[in-house]
Amino acid sequence: MNSISTKYATLIAMVAVIVIAPMFFPSSFYYRIGALIFINGLAVMGLVVLIGYAGQVSLGHAGFVGIGAYAAALGPIYLGLPPVLGIVLGALISGSLAWLIGRPILRLRGHYLAVATLGVGILIYMVLNNEAQLTGGPDGMPVQAIGLKEFLKSIGYSVKGSVMWYWLAAIVLLVGAVIGLNLHDSPTGRALRSLHDSEIAARTVGIDVARYKLRAFVISAVYASVAGSQLALMNKFISPDVASFLHSVELVTMTVLGGASVIFGALVGATILTALPQVLTMFEDFEHVLLGLIMMLVMIFMRAGLVPSLIKLIRRLTK
Amino acid sequence: MSEFLQFLFSGVTVGAVYALVALGFTIIYNASDVVNFAQGEFVMLGGMSTVFLYEAGIPLFPAAVLAIILTSIVGVALNKLAIEPARGASVVSLIIITIGASIFLRGMAQIVFDKQIHRFPAFSGEQPFVVGGATILPQSLWIIFGALAIFGALYFFFTKTLTGKAVLATANNRDAAKLMGINTNFIMTLSFAMSAGIGAIAGVLVTPMTLTSYDVGIALALKGFAAAMLGGMGRPLGALVGGLAIGMIEAMTAGYISSEYKDAATFIVILAVLFIMPNGIFGRSAIDRV
Repeated sequence: MNSISTKYATLIAMVAVIVIAPMFFPSSFYYRIGALIFINGLAVMGLVVLIGYAGQVSLGHAGFVGIGAYAAALGPIYLGLPPVLGIVLGALISGSLAWLIGRPILRLRGHYLAVATLGVGILIYMVLNNEAQLTGGPDGMPVQAIGLKEFLKSIGYSVKGSVMWYWLAAIVLLVGAVIGLNLHDSPTGRALRSLHDSEIAARTVGIDVARYKLRAFVISAVYASVAGSQLALMNKFISPDVASFLHSVELVTMTVLGGASVIFGALVGATILTALPQVLTMFEDFEHVLLGLIMMLVMIFMRAGLVPSLIKLIRRLTK
Repeated sequence: MSEFLQFLFSGVTVGAVYALVALGFTIIYNASDVVNFAQGEFVMLGGMSTVFLYEAGIPLFPAAVLAIILTSIVGVALNKLAIEPARGASVVSLIIITIGASIFLRGMAQIVFDKQIHRFPAFSGEQPFVVGGATILPQSLWIIFGALAIFGALYFFFTKTLTGKAVLATANNRDAAKLMGINTNFIMTLSFAMSAGIGAIAGVLVTPMTLTSYDVGIALALKGFAAAMLGGMGRPLGALVGGLAIGMIEAMTAGYISSEYKDAATFIVILAVLFIMPNGIFGRSAIDRV
């Protein structure tokens, strides 16, 4: 399979999943889960660029999700922005912040990079949690609706909020996928993948390693931020938990579970880890045990993640 | 002055606990290059098992010893079942495995124990000593001197015993150690047992002061990890200095600036240190092989 067909295969598979899934939804609650999956999937796609392409780890990306979420919440209140522009504001802030802190942080390697990004995430979380007069503190705050539902109603379409968000988040996810897929084979993508394999080798052939790492970091921060804004606007409520360390870990787990090197893996990883807790509530007490077990088993037996491992298996069987 | 002394006492006490957690990170990292995010769960298991054994009628001291042994067994099981099968996996995969293990252990604790907050009595009563106008609890002294004793014992173990030197040799170069006839698999097992045991001791020491519940591990793991990185990963002295430094920063920030931002101060200092010294305070700079 050459890379162009990989790109279209991914997009066709994603569109198919998005269109076919609702046929099996027994209630509108499932649309909400679906929208949540797509939103998480978008943040995870950003991490595919950072972890899968560039090979850099971040344990603080939920911080950028938090910035996006609170930009969408606070922009309309303090700047009089329409909520949709809150998404742009969040992306701008997250992107600039990532650009500012990225250069010193990305000099670090492996576990040192992990602890530095962890620190950044925790600092963002603490600001959101402690500046209660601005953010409502740990109790969270309400978020203005985007008003699309009312607009649709006024022109004669009456849709449920969850159904509308399902399609909105799906469209944004597809846009994110197209950008991510194009990036893979662009000069930037090639540079990132080469420095993933060996920074020294990449530098030897004239790649500005620091600049490309920074670029991947900024891109992934913007993806996370847009996901956060959508989450706030869909739920019409936001609390600092979206920026917590555990959420950062969840995002990284989704990335690696689905297969960090492939864009489609983002959707698979997000689906499993978003839907799983809903399924596992049946097992109540065993939820954590099963989640931990799944994380360990997949990483031990399918190191490349689900999607690449399955593709490999299918290829071996069809040969 | 008495105010400063008070903050100093609390900083050293908390710092000693962080240093023990960081030491656990260091031992496992040296043996296997794995940063074990389940380290905090060892602390939780040590405290929680002691609580439940004690409430079952076993006297405190044997209960604590039993809890430490049990936790060490969990540590060995973690190595055999999750870390060894994943040898050679990437840093991110190993991080996910150990985070998975920590979620798993937390879930098991929820089932085997419960979701309540627990404590057992302090070892030497609750009557605080007054020093220079500040007070210090006897349990604080247990924690501080307990940590010092463990560091002392480990220093002796690593420099004076053959097994300790074998651990150091394995940490330096696994293949070379194997060629010298060192059973590196045994060293790995030993390291996990030691690290889990030290975590459990920290849990036993700290529970009378800070209480324990099934979810205390994660915050400790974060602080311990940060302490180990601040000092320089893989250096026991770095773990001690890093742990005490973070304890002091927290106590001073909480005392003089704002208790809400005590964790923020910790991470700002860590970021600042890593910007200047990308391998921590005592870390050696890494050299890549092409």
